[in-house]
Amino acid sequence: MDCYTANWNPLGDSAFYRKYELYSMDWDLKEELRDCLVAAAPYGGPLVSLLRKPWRKEKAASVTAVLEIYSASACLWPWKSGPVVSLGWSAEEELLCVQEDGGVLVYGLHGDFRRHFSMGNEVLQNRVLDARIFHTEFGSGVAILTGAHRFTLSANVSDLKLRRMPEVPGLQGAPTCWTALCQDRVAHILLAVGPDLYLLDQSACSAVTPFGLAPGVSSFLQMAVSFTYRHLALFTDTGYIWMGTASLKEKLCEFNCNIRAPRSRWCSRPRSKERAVVVAWERRLMVGVMRPRASSILGGLFVLDEDSYLVPELDGVRIFSRSTHEFLHEVPVASEEIFKIASMAPGALLLEAQKEYEAASFGKCFLDRFPPDSFVRMCQDLRVLNAIRDYHIGIPLTYSQYKQLTIQVLLDRLVLRRLYPLAIQICEYLRLPEVQGVSRILAHGPVQQKDVSDEDVARAINQKLGDTPGVSYSDIAARAYGCGRTELAIKLLEYEPRSGEQVPLLLKMKRSKLALSKAIESGDTDLVFTVLLHLKNELNRGDFFMTLRNQPMALSLYRQFCKHQELETLKDLYNQDDNHQELGSFHIRASYAAEERIEGRVAALQTAADAFYKAKNEFAAKATEDQMRLLRLQRRLEDELGGRFLDLSLHDTVTTLILGGHNKRAEQLARDFRIPDKRLWWLKLTALADLEDWEELEKFSKSKKSPIGYLPFVEICMKQHNKYEAKKYASRVGPEQKVKALLLVGDVAQAADVAIEHRNEAELSLVLSHCTGATDGATADKIQRARAQAQKK
Amino acid sequence: MAFPHRLDAPELPDFSMLKRLARDQLIYLLEQLPGKKDLFIEADLMSPLDRIANVSILKQHEVDKLYKVENKPAVSSSEQLCFLVRPRIKNMRYVASLVNADKLAGRTRKYKVIFSPQKFHACEMVLEEEGVYGDVSCDEWAFSLLPLDVDLLSMELPEFFRDYFLEGDQRWINTVAQALHLLSTLYGPFPNCYGIGRCAKMSYELWRTLEEEEDGETKGRRPEIGHIFLLDRDVDFVTALCSQVVYEGLVDDTFRIKCGSVDFGPEVTSSDRSLKVLLNAEDKVFNEIRNEHFSNVFGFLSQKARNLQAQYDRRRGMDIKQMKNFVSQELKGLKQEHRLLSVHIGACESIMKKKTKQDFQELIKTEHALLEGFNIRESTSYIEEHIDRQVSPIESLRLMCLLSITENGLIPKDYRSLKTQYLQSYGPEHLLTFSNLRRAGLLTEQAPGDTLTAMESKVSKLVTDKAAGKITDAFSSLAKRSNFRAISKKLNLIPRVDGEYDLKVPRDMAYVFSGAYVPLSCRVIEQVLERRSWQGLDEVLRLLNCSELAFTDMTKEDKASSESLRLILVVFLGGCTFSEISALRFLGREKGYRFIFLTTAVTNSARLMEAMSEVKA
Repeated sequence: MDCYTANWNPLGDSAFYRKYELYSMDWDLKEELRDCLVAAAPYGGPLVSLLRKPWRKEKAASVTAVLEIYSASACLWPWKSGPVVSLGWSAEEELLCVQEDGGVLVYGLHGDFRRHFSMGNEVLQNRVLDARIFHTEFGSGVAILTGAHRFTLSANVSDLKLRRMPEVPGLQGAPTCWTALCQDRVAHILLAVGPDLYLLDQSACSAVTPFGLAPGVSSFLQMAVSFTYRHLALFTDTGYIWMGTASLKEKLCEFNCNIRAPRSRWCSRPRSKERAVVVAWERRLMVGVMRPRASSILGGLFVLDEDSYLVPELDGVRIFSRSTHEFLHEVPVASEEIFKIASMAPGALLLEAQKEYEAASFGKCFLDRFPPDSFVRMCQDLRVLNAIRDYHIGIPLTYSQYKQLTIQVLLDRLVLRRLYPLAIQICEYLRLPEVQGVSRILAHGPVQQKDVSDEDVARAINQKLGDTPGVSYSDIAARAYGCGRTELAIKLLEYEPRSGEQVPLLLKMKRSKLALSKAIESGDTDLVFTVLLHLKNELNRGDFFMTLRNQPMALSLYRQFCKHQELETLKDLYNQDDNHQELGSFHIRASYAAEERIEGRVAALQTAADAFYKAKNEFAAKATEDQMRLLRLQRRLEDELGGRFLDLSLHDTVTTLILGGHNKRAEQLARDFRIPDKRLWWLKLTALADLEDWEELEKFSKSKKSPIGYLPFVEICMKQHNKYEAKKYASRVGPEQKVKALLLVGDVAQAADVAIEHRNEAELSLVLSHCTGATDGATADKIQRARAQAQKK
Repeated sequence: MAFPHRLDAPELPDFSMLKRLARDQLIYLLEQLPGKKDLFIEADLMSPLDRIANVSILKQHEVDKLYKVENKPAVSSSEQLCFLVRPRIKNMRYVASLVNADKLAGRTRKYKVIFSPQKFHACEMVLEEEGVYGDVSCDEWAFSLLPLDVDLLSMELPEFFRDYFLEGDQRWINTVAQALHLLSTLYGPFPNCYGIGRCAKMSYELWRTLEEEEDGETKGRRPEIGHIFLLDRDVDFVTALCSQVVYEGLVDDTFRIKCGSVDFGPEVTSSDRSLKVLLNAEDKVFNEIRNEHFSNVFGFLSQKARNLQAQYDRRRGMDIKQMKNFVSQELKGLKQEHRLLSVHIGACESIMKKKTKQDFQELIKTEHALLEGFNIRESTSYIEEHIDRQVSPIESLRLMCLLSITENGLIPKDYRSLKTQYLQSYGPEHLLTFSNLRRAGLLTEQAPGDTLTAMESKVSKLVTDKAAGKITDAFSSLAKRSNFRAISKKLNLIPRVDGEYDLKVPRDMAYVFSGAYVPLSCRVIEQVLERRSWQGLDEVLRLLNCSELAFTDMTKEDKASSESLRLILVVFLGGCTFSEISALRFLGREKGYRFIFLTTAVTNSARLMEAMSEVKA
C-alpha cells in the first residue's frame, strides 16, 4: 500500500500520470511488431496483427500471410487470411479487413467470416492506398484513400452508404497525413499536404489553418484526434506540436520537441482539466500535458523497452509491445485524493482509519442515514472488473470505460468470446432480470456452440430457464437461426408457449408447413391466415392445395376467403380435391349469381349436373337437369306469352300460367314435370280461388275425385268470403271432416247433428265451442243432451 | 304470477360496466381522428351501437353525419371518413371502392376503419389487394359483449352459427375466448368449468391460454360466478327448432326481437305508427309475463288491467289533498304501466290472431308428435302438404329438419320426395340449401347403421391411408346422426303426465313447450350441475357423439366454498332461444341458482333456417 503512488508521475499543475502493466504478453509473434499491421479495439478489446510483407513484396501465392487475433492478454485464436491494406475493429468487435481492391471482409472474433462488402467501383479501379477505421455515434466507419488520391468513406459499415469526398484541388501525391473526424454527427476528412491543411466534407474541400499556428511549418507529419473527436494534435517535421480543438479554431497549446516520425495519441480523462498527448518515438514515450494559460508544455518521459503500439482509450492509452501490455492514464481524482501523499481528503482519512483498525468496510455502520446502495454497487462493479481483467479473460477495463460501455454491452462481449459461464455468473451476481440477463446470454450463447447436438442444447436451455416469465424462447430461437442452426431453433420454439411468437420465426425459417400446423394448434385464425398467404406465395399452386388438403381448418378458412375474393381459386380447390359435390354446388350458384344470359346459365347447370353425376348424387343431377328444362321452357313462355316466367319455381310457373288463363299449358307443364296430383290440386284450387273463377273451380272439382278431399275447397272459398260456393263443397266433404266443414260455413245446427250422429266426443266439444250466445242456444242444449245420453250408455 | 327467486339466490353482477367500457373505448377511437368526421356504420352494428352510445354522444365527439354502409356510393363531403364495421371482406371492398373513387377524382381525405369486435388479417389483405392499405388506418373496437338484460349478454354475432357450424370457419372462437377473458377479468375467476362440443372445447382452451399468458390478474380475486357452462348449438338442434310458446319466445318468433327491442307494427299499436319497445327486466309488465306460457298471459294481463282500473278508481272517493298526492306520486307510474299494458295486450291479440288458428294448433300437434316419436307417417304427410301449399319456406324446412333429427335422418324415399317437392315449390337454388343442411347434420338421409361400420372397415382395408382418412371422415359425418330418441329416454325429456299438465303452475322445464318436452340443452346443464361433473352421463355423451368433447375443470383451491356459489354463467355457442332462457330461469328459481346467459346471438328456428338457406342475391 505504501508504494501505491510509486509509479505516479506528477505532470502539469495538479495531475498525476501513471503507467502500469496490464499483462505480460503471451503472443507468439514471429516478426517484429513494426513489420506488422496491427489493430486493437477500444474498451480493452482484442488485438489483431498481420504480417505486412508477403503480399507487399512477393506476390507468390505460396507465401501465406498469417492474420492473428489475440485477446488483450494475447492468448487467442491464430487464423489465416488474404491480402489486406488496413485492419480495424468495429464497435461490435467485428474485424474489418480492408483489402487492396476496396473489398472489406468482416470477421467475427473467432475468425469466422461474417460478410463482405465493397467500397465501390472507384476504389476498385484505383486501389486502396490507405484506410482508417473510425468510430462514430452511429457505429464504425471506414475511410479510404485511393490510388487516385481521392477519399471514399462510409460512416457506418452496418448500414453501408458510400460517400465519395470531393477532390482536393492540385493534389499531386498522397497527403502526408490524414485522419477521419466526426463532428456534428457528420464524418469529415482532415488531410495535410505539406504545409497545407484541407478539410473535406460532403460537398466541399476547404483549406484550413489552425488558429495560432507558429510560422515556418513546412510539412505536417502526423495528426492525432482524441477519443471523443474533440481535440486534435498536429506534428510538423520540425518537431513542433500544435494542440487544439478539432475545429482548429482554438489553440490549447503548442510546443517544440526533437521528435521525428512520431506516433501519437491523446491521453486524457473525461472532464479533466488537463489535456495530454502521448507521443511515442524510437522506444521513447513522451506525455505532453498542456497548461491552459501557458504556452509551454510539460513533458514527462517514459522509456520503452521495445517497439510499441498505442491504443487510444476513453481515459488513457494502452501501450502494447511484443512482451508487455501497459496502460497509461491520468490518475483519477478519487484515487488521487485517497492516495496522494499527505492527502487530507475524507477518503484518505478513512483509508488510514481502516488500516489502523483492520476493519473491512469500516465506517459504513456509522452512517445510518447514508444508503448503502452505492457502496454495494461499487463493490460489485469492482468485482466484475477484476473478474474480466483476469489473464484468461483479458478485458482490461477501467471503471469509467466500464460505465461508458454499460453492463449489457460488456455481457454481449463476454458472450461474443463464448465466456458464457462467466457472463451468467455476472448476471446472477448483479441480480439482473432474466430478460436482460440470463435469457439474453443464452439467446446469444449456447446456440452458437456447434459441437453439441440440437436436442441437448435445447434441453439444457429449457432446464436452465424453465418457464420463467419474461423468458422469450422465440428470441433465443431467432438467435439460433441467425447462427444457421435451424433445427435447434425449431426445437427451442417447442418451448415457446405463445404461438404468435412461434409462427413468424418458423415462416422466416421457411418451415411454412410446420408454421401452419402451429398456427392451427393455436386456434388463432388470423395467424393461420397469415401463414396461408405466405404459403400461397411460396409454394406453387399444386403444392399449396396439397398442403391445404391435409389441414381442414385452414382449408375452410381459405375457402371462406375465396368465396368472397377469388371464386376461380375456389373452383380449382374443389377440382383438385375431386370434390364433385361442391363443384356442382359451385356451378349451381354460378348459374344464378354470375351468369346473365340464359345460354350461360343452362351451360353452368349442365356442368353442375355432370359434377353431381360424378359425385354419385343422382338426385341433385336430376333436379339440375329438370331446372335446365324449366329454364328453357320459361324462356319460351316469356317469348310466346309475354310476362315474367324466368326464375319462378315450378309451382309458381304453373300458378302464373293458370292465373294467365293458360290452363292447357299449365296441365302440359304439370305432366312434363310430373307434378304430383295433390300438389296440382292445391295449386289449381288456390289459383282459381284467387281469380274468383268459381265456375272453373266447380268444373275442376268435378273433373275427378279430389286427392286432397273437399275441405280445402270449403276453406278457400271462405277465405274469399264466398259462403255460397263454400256450402256447395261442404256437402261433398267426407264424413271425418264434415263437422269441421259445416262449422266453417257457419252451419252450427247441422254440424251438431252430424257430431251427434258420429257420437264423437271431440267433435261434440268442438261444435259446442262454436255455439255462441242466444242463437245457438237450442243447439247447445241438444248437444248437452246427446252427451248425457252417451254417458248413460 | 312471476315466481320470486328464493331468498338465498345470489345477486346478479352489474353488467352495465361492460357498456361503459365499450363506450369509453369507442370515444377514444373516435378522438383518434380529431375534428369533424362522417361515420359510416354497418347495418348490423347500428342497433348494438345504439345501446352503447346514442347519436348525441357521437355528435359530442365530432361525428357530423351518419351513414349506413350499403352498396351505394357515398355522398359525404367530409374531409374525414370513419367506418365502423364488422370484419367482413364485403365491407373492405366497399371502403376500397370509396377510397379509389376519391383517388380518381384527385381527392384526398382521411379514412379510418374501426373493426368490431376485432380485425381479421383477411380484411387488411383485401385492403392491400385493392391498393388502399396505405391510405386507411385500422383500429379495433373490442366490443364483444352487449348486456341485453340484467342476465343476458349477447355477442350480437348471428353469423357465428353459419360460419362455424356450416363453413367450419373458426375465426370467431378467438373472439369468444377474448369475451370470456374480459368477463373473468372484471368479475373474478370461474372456479368450476364444464362444457360440451368441439367449439366449446376450443374456446375454453384458447381462453385458458389467454389467462395463462396474462396470469396474475385474476389470481387472488374472489370468484363471483361459481360455474361456467359452455355448450355448442349443435349438441341440441331440436330445442332451437321447436315453435316457441313462452311469451318472450313467441314475441321473438312473431315479431323478431332485435338487439333487445322489438318494432310493434300498426296491428299491435292500433294506431298508424309502429312503436319500438325495449324488452327487458325494466319493463315491469313484460318482466312478469316474459317467462309465462302463452296460455296464461292473456288472463294475467286482463287481471292486471282490472287492478290498474281499481287503482285509477280510487280517485273517486278522494279529497283534494289525497288527489294531489295521487297525481304527484302514483299517477305517473300508473300511466306508464297503462302504456306498457296496452302494448302487450296489443301484441297478444296480434299473436292470437296469427297463432291460435287451427293451423298453428296442428303445427304444434305435429311438432309434439315428432318429439314423442309417434304417427311419423302422418307427420310426414303433414309436412308434405305444408310444402305443397307453399305455406312458408322456412317453416317447411324447419319441420323437415325436426323430422330428420328426431328420426335419425329421413328414410331415403321421404328424403328424395320431400326435397323434390320443396324444390318445386320454392325453386332450384335450394338444392344448395339441402347440401348445407346435410353438411350441418340438420337434414340427412337415414343410413342402415350396422352395415355401415362393417363396410367402413372393409373399404379402409382396400385403400391407401389418405383415402381411408377421407372415407372415415365421410362415414363419421354419416355416423354423426342424432340419437334423439334414446337420449330423450335416457334424460326423460318427454314427461309422463297423468291428466292435464298445469301450465299455470309448472313443475318442470317442459312447461316452455306446453309440458310436452324438456329442452335437451337445459336438461344436460341441469344434470351436470347436479353432479358437478359429467360422471354417469357417458351414455348420453356417446349418443350425442360428444364423448371426446365434454370437459370438466375445477380449481382445487377452496373447492367447497366455490361450489356453493350459485351464480352460473351459461355460454351458448351458435345462439340460444328465449325458451331455453326461460327454462333455465325456471330451473334457477327452483334450485336457488341464478343463471347468466352469454350467447353469440339470440336465435330461433327461423333464424337458424335462414342461416342455412341459399337465397338468390
